[in-house]
Amino acid sequence: MNAHVLGPFRAALVAVEGHWTWYRRNWRATVISNFLQPVLFLLAMGVGFGSQVQAGEATGGHPYVVFLAPALLVITAVQNAVFEATWAVFSAFKWQRSYLAVVSTPITPAHVLYGQLLWIALRLAAGTAVFLGIAVALGAITSPSAVLAVPFAVLAGMAFTAPVVAFTATREKPDSFNAIFRFLVMPMTLFTGGFFPLSQLPDWLHPLAWVTPVWHGIELARGVTFGTLRLLPAAGHVAYLAALVVLGIVLGRRYFHRRLAV
Amino acid sequence: MSDAAANVMVVTSTLVHAKGLTKHFGSFEAVRGIDVEVGKGEAFGFLGPNGAGKSSTMRMVACVSPRTGGELRVLGMDPDVDGPSIRARLGVVPQQDNLDTELTVRQNLQVYGRYFGLSRSAVRERAVELMEFAQLTDRADAEVEPLSGGMKRRLTIARSLVNDPELLLLDEPTTGLDPQARHLLWDRLFRLKQSGVTLIITTHYMDEAEQLCDRLVVMDGGRIAAEGSPSELIRRHSTREVLELRFPPGEQSAAEVRDLAERVEVLPDRVLLYTGDGEAALSAVHARGVRPVSTLVRRSTLEDVFLRLTGRTLVD
Repeated sequence: MNAHVLGPFRAALVAVEGHWTWYRRNWRATVISNFLQPVLFLLAMGVGFGSQVQAGEATGGHPYVVFLAPALLVITAVQNAVFEATWAVFSAFKWQRSYLAVVSTPITPAHVLYGQLLWIALRLAAGTAVFLGIAVALGAITSPSAVLAVPFAVLAGMAFTAPVVAFTATREKPDSFNAIFRFLVMPMTLFTGGFFPLSQLPDWLHPLAWVTPVWHGIELARGVTFGTLRLLPAAGHVAYLAALVVLGIVLGRRYFHRRLAV
Repeated sequence: MSDAAANVMVVTSTLVHAKGLTKHFGSFEAVRGIDVEVGKGEAFGFLGPNGAGKSSTMRMVACVSPRTGGELRVLGMDPDVDGPSIRARLGVVPQQDNLDTELTVRQNLQVYGRYFGLSRSAVRERAVELMEFAQLTDRADAEVEPLSGGMKRRLTIARSLVNDPELLLLDEPTTGLDPQARHLLWDRLFRLKQSGVTLIITTHYMDEAEQLCDRLVVMDGGRIAAEGSPSELIRRHSTREVLELRFPPGEQSAAEVRDLAERVEVLPDRVLLYTGDGEAALSAVHARGVRPVSTLVRRSTLEDVFLRLTGRTLVD
């Protein structure tokens, strides 16, 4: 078969294959941040700190570690996403310039974006699935329906990833990436109802939590794990997260084209 | 064959056709209306100093950079409409290597081949052939990062051939390489040309242009300053020979020899006499009692043409 043009989906899959080829050689470097760090969080906060917390109304009647685990699944997805959506994408534009090599083939800038997002989604799925397994082994997750929290966590992660990838495509310098971690990811981790209920925060802070993908993700993950999820709120959370993904893709298409077809 | 038939032949085998092609970046005009035709099987060169617009032109032909104005057809198609289909049939060697330095030599070829829709087994076979061609077989499973500049360049060229391109675009293929590496690359490019691949090369090395190009254009300031084969350009824009008279700095006596050549150029340490017969000019110089430190009679080269057309001012 001769060289030919691929459709968007095949093109994205081939791009994922390229990332996978890299990952097969370099996965060891990602183990600590992707798999070990969330487990340390679960041990320190859930098992360690959690032993001092009384199960009660605030924890939905669950032991603290059980209350925390589904939320950590979502937090893990977002924390794993942030590096991939900033430094890794920036490098592909600027340092390794691998995107530039790819767009001189029949692959278009939009295909490059799809491939990158699909690859990150797979990484998030793997990271959260491994975390789920460890949480089950530690007894922090006992409900079988928690399996459904994985896709919700990936969706929340991608609702964060897609707009950030689009933002990264506009950057000439990597200066702002640490700020994203400090001023977006850290507060989203700590103040969106994961470690303690949102009701502990002053009312005026609640809307700030509601715009974050993490809060929606935690509501979904906890709801599905504890069987408290109602259809209408669930549809609202999913719609909001999906809208962020779509927004990120629309902007990303524009910025990738602007950056790669000059 | 009638003239009309001959013309048709020429038209159907045109791989690149550009007319009044322009490229602007904001208010900067990188390419200011150039006309170029490249035919099948040709080795065509863009020669020019840094900033002449060569790379911008190449990127437009490679269908990665949309043109600002003018006509452009590559393989008979419009890059704005059929970019992906054109790129499927092109090979591109960019000025800066953009290999995946964390992958092996073999993986670079295989991954890249997949972007052209080639099957896994096809890219596996192709990688083996290309590593053979680029003399990289013994490095097949080595990571790219520590390879020498020459090896990386050969790999970039090998990678550009993965889809069996009809047209190969090489942007300064040998810049920064040592002489051995350059000659090895030239040899590979010459073989490609022999096998019928059309080459478009940008370079600021005159020897490279003379070695590889059937026909070339000299670009300067976004425009085409001259066009022709290397020998035509020398004939048209220089003399057959050049007599170089070397003096201690500041002691050149150009005034005494100015009438002995078609054109005389005074440099800080040398006087260049452009003439049809260098030996005769040298005798005349000696007869006038001018005593340079050393003398050299040489053939005119593309470098003389180039410097004549684009000036000796340094371009950064």
